[in-house]
Amino acid sequence: MKYLDEFRDGEKARFLIKEIETLVSGMTLPADRPIYLMEVCGGHTHSIFRYGLEGMLPKEIELIHGPGCPVCVLPMGRVDDCVSIAENPKVIFATFGDAMRVPGSKKSLLQAKAEGADVRMVYSPMDALALARKNPDREVVFFGLGFETTMPSTALTILQAEADGVANFSVFCNHITIVPTIKAILDSPGLQLDGFLGPGHVSMVIGTAPYEFIANFYKKPMVVAGFEPLDILQSIWMVLKQIKEGRSEIENQYARIVPDGGNAAALSAVSRVYELREFFEWRGLGSIDHSGVKLREGYARYDAEQKFAIPNLKIADPKSCQCGEVLKGVIKPWQCKVFGSACTPETPLGALMVSSEGACAAYYQYGGVKRYKEAV
Amino acid sequence: MCLGIPGRIVKIDDPAKKLATVDVGGVKRVINIACIVNEDHPVDSCVGDWVLVHVGFAMSRINEEEAAQTLKILTELGEAQAEIEAMRLSAAE
Repeated sequence: MKYLDEFRDGEKARFLIKEIETLVSGMTLPADRPIYLMEVCGGHTHSIFRYGLEGMLPKEIELIHGPGCPVCVLPMGRVDDCVSIAENPKVIFATFGDAMRVPGSKKSLLQAKAEGADVRMVYSPMDALALARKNPDREVVFFGLGFETTMPSTALTILQAEADGVANFSVFCNHITIVPTIKAILDSPGLQLDGFLGPGHVSMVIGTAPYEFIANFYKKPMVVAGFEPLDILQSIWMVLKQIKEGRSEIENQYARIVPDGGNAAALSAVSRVYELREFFEWRGLGSIDHSGVKLREGYARYDAEQKFAIPNLKIADPKSCQCGEVLKGVIKPWQCKVFGSACTPETPLGALMVSSEGACAAYYQYGGVKRYKEAV
Repeated sequence: MCLGIPGRIVKIDDPAKKLATVDVGGVKRVINIACIVNEDHPVDSCVGDWVLVHVGFAMSRINEEEAAQTLKILTELGEAQAEIEAMRLSAAE
């Protein structure tokens, strides 16, 4: 497929690996550890595993898989809220497929559906709006989920509902924002990170300027990266080059998709519809200030949190689940006590095992549990 | 949800609502193109555009020049390496 295949060329990948090896061999390395690079985005984590990139890199480089998987960082209490809305007999609850199996404290949306709740999987928020038009006697609630990548699509759908006067449509807004989260990671004590691969599709919306503080204040290099294997390898090479040359800049490897200024139309829809929440609770990371958005007062009639009574309970993660430590890079997925035993993609305990973009599911699917357990 | 997929706009369905049909590897579906149109690039000029599609919305027009540029850097990298390798081999002879 055009714009995909040419960035998957195996021969070019081998050239890049060689370049990376040459760069690393000429670098002054940290005394007691490898070079730590964090890929912020779960899409990158998925590609890294799918193409086995981690195993191709020299051992001096270690990738830390960051928190950028919106399904994975969803706290259990929010899943319970979804289930509670979905179990209202008037409601059709529309969600992306990724969210169906995320465990709540009692059940997932998939289990709620099996027990009779009207939960529908949709590809697009527009499909949810179409459901509302088709079912005027029902209330359609769309589960708004994702970082800035999907935030504009939900906003534009709400604006369309307003323009068309569709009154039986609302959004349970769980959209989150990446920059405060990167800052929280950079501020966490004892964290050792040498550079970042920046999230390509978030950046396509917000542009590259919002990351400048990472280079200027924290003196860490970041390269906004595409998602194909060559994109990721080239971005790693660019970050290493910055480290070697003592630079910390925000560079853009993914200029074919990411304009430096972001997407003006998308940003304007976002600022029209949403405002920042004071704080948002993340699975594993706790509460992070200004890291989520909610609908503005003017769109209250499209806000499921205003339309329905929502339990909004804070539920602690299961004791045996170590998703938080994995998210922060403190332990590797296979070092978790329940990885591959009590927690598998079929019966996930923790969110990182649910989505294919979660670090645990990626290790499980592509790494082979046995190999990792033996390596410990 | 977050990865998106490249496709080509083949038809404008509703200029007012900014809806267009996109062809993604042979699969066609109606998507919203509000995020890729502006004064310089109005709705009717979008047919033929390569776009990245996320959850039913075109979120970015793929910049063909930048794509070619990235590939050129990668190709040159390979050529430079081949050259160095050839020099190394000939020096060893």
